[in-house]
Amino acid sequence: MNLRVLGALLRKEVNMMKRNPLIPRIILGLPFVVLLVIPLVASFDVKDVGVTVVDNDRSQLSRRIIADMDATAELHVASVSSSFAESMEMIEEGEADVVLSIPPHFSRDLSELDVEANGVNAIKGTLGMQYVVASISNTLTRWRVENGLMIPDNVTSVVDRYNPTLSYRNYMIPALMVFLIIMICGFLPALNLVSEKESGTIEAMNVTPVSRITFVLSKLIPFWIVGLVVVTIGILVGRVVYGLVPLGSPGAIYLAAVLLSLVMSGLGVAIANKSATMLQSIFVLFAVIMIFQLMGGLFTPVGSMPQWAQYVTYAIPPRYFNEIMRAVYLKGATISELRMQYLCLTFFAFVALATAALTYRKRA
Amino acid sequence: MTNDNLAISVRDLTKKFGSFTAVDHISFDVRKGEIYGFLGANGAGKTTAMRMLCGLSYPTSGTGSVAGFDITSEGETIKRHIGYMSQKFSLYGTLTVAQNLRLFATIYGMDNVAVKASMARAMHRFDMDGMADKPVNDIPVGWRQKLAFAAATIHNPEIVFLDEPTGGVDPVTRRKFWEFIYEASSEGMTVFVTTHYLDEAEYCNRVSIMVDGHIAALDTPDALKKKYHVPTMDEVFRIVAKDAKRAE
Repeated sequence: MNLRVLGALLRKEVNMMKRNPLIPRIILGLPFVVLLVIPLVASFDVKDVGVTVVDNDRSQLSRRIIADMDATAELHVASVSSSFAESMEMIEEGEADVVLSIPPHFSRDLSELDVEANGVNAIKGTLGMQYVVASISNTLTRWRVENGLMIPDNVTSVVDRYNPTLSYRNYMIPALMVFLIIMICGFLPALNLVSEKESGTIEAMNVTPVSRITFVLSKLIPFWIVGLVVVTIGILVGRVVYGLVPLGSPGAIYLAAVLLSLVMSGLGVAIANKSATMLQSIFVLFAVIMIFQLMGGLFTPVGSMPQWAQYVTYAIPPRYFNEIMRAVYLKGATISELRMQYLCLTFFAFVALATAALTYRKRA
Repeated sequence: MTNDNLAISVRDLTKKFGSFTAVDHISFDVRKGEIYGFLGANGAGKTTAMRMLCGLSYPTSGTGSVAGFDITSEGETIKRHIGYMSQKFSLYGTLTVAQNLRLFATIYGMDNVAVKASMARAMHRFDMDGMADKPVNDIPVGWRQKLAFAAATIHNPEIVFLDEPTGGVDPVTRRKFWEFIYEASSEGMTVFVTTHYLDEAEYCNRVSIMVDGHIAALDTPDALKKKYHVPTMDEVFRIVAKDAKRAE
């Protein structure tokens, strides 16, 4: 490998990037847009659950249950009706998510309450139901204590570690940085290489004595730097906009980002080497990236996948990056604590780079 | 004739793609300093043969040497001694004229001083002074053609391969381009050129005409015209290629 030649090829890549204004815009703009917009819109946090109450009791207690429920942060009482059918109509029209039926003489008998949730949105249904049950049990406990039916109990104290506000955003922002590296460092080098194939300039390179390692490195190195830029933007936006500061060292995050950029850019180049056209490379990459996104534990935890799928995720490099990001960001983990994840990422980086270099053919 | 005088020597060179034989046992020699015209209809196998000589493609069978190196086992060494200009004028369109030349000069292992000197020489020779900072996409096709030739010869190679170098440019520019070819040849560079323009064939020292993967005729333009009793290479080509079976 000749460093002077590598330098000349890198300068060429930089000059070409400067000339194509779209590429720097994507590299700088996409992370901003994704990090500013997606955490606000793509959230599994269940906030505003509508409850429709069929109050057949009409007692002081039932009114108190309803008022307490309306006062919680997560619930609002959409309507109080006198028939179940009327409440179901609210559900069907999407005005409410949970039906609470209070039977007649409830305050006298303390008989069973009936809670039914709309299961179309499973997360909202499940959580909404839990919020309703928790709110009712709070009210009932206080009511019993006030009426001398019960001695106040030791109240369980709940502290949510690592993500004290239980904000989905804090889970999401590290994941979005993974998403950005996968997209930018996977697609851009692949499209870059295929466009050289389509314009024929790659042949002008292949007929020179430039070694294939040097040429492939000149395609990859810019995107390792791009990976670092993306992560830097991610950390800054996370901090300034969402107040999310990594507990661990930024060095741990950058090291992981470089490793994942290596994996993705190597993979992108390998796919480009095997593709004759832009369209072909885009489709193959799209398939790979979709699996990476959905199975890498970005948006849904690996732990809740079926066992066989969990085994598959060991072969999905973003999985390790994700674990590193969340552990460093939210728990302040160190590189040595996460050495298995770093080692696995390093292994995949080697495999991807070797594949990129070996699939590059100067001669057919 | 000893091997020392040969820039290119090829015996029974063959390339098959599956059951299709693109180049079928061709044999020929090109002398050092010669302008060798490699003619043939579309699909006759010219580009495939040329790609094997340049180390872009492995021969299926047959032997050959370019600049004294074996085309099968020493392809990468050959690349240090040749220049190649493709019919697409494969330059980086978003880079400037100077950036393109500097890139190719550096790739051929020149140091900074040599890069500067060779760039200055090329800019002057090809009359491109003042164009250095223009992006290639913004210059006319005739200039791009000159630049592609300049890039292919910036390292002063022993042999330069020109694949239809004059496609898509006007007759005056073509004529001018051939003056550059003569100039390079007079300095000792061997020129291996494919073309569709039969008037250009007249400018070559020797020509071969490929038909359906074979070399159907090979001699000086004058000898060929004499042999077929016609006044122009155009008519020679018509006679030789009339039995071609491969369509475009």
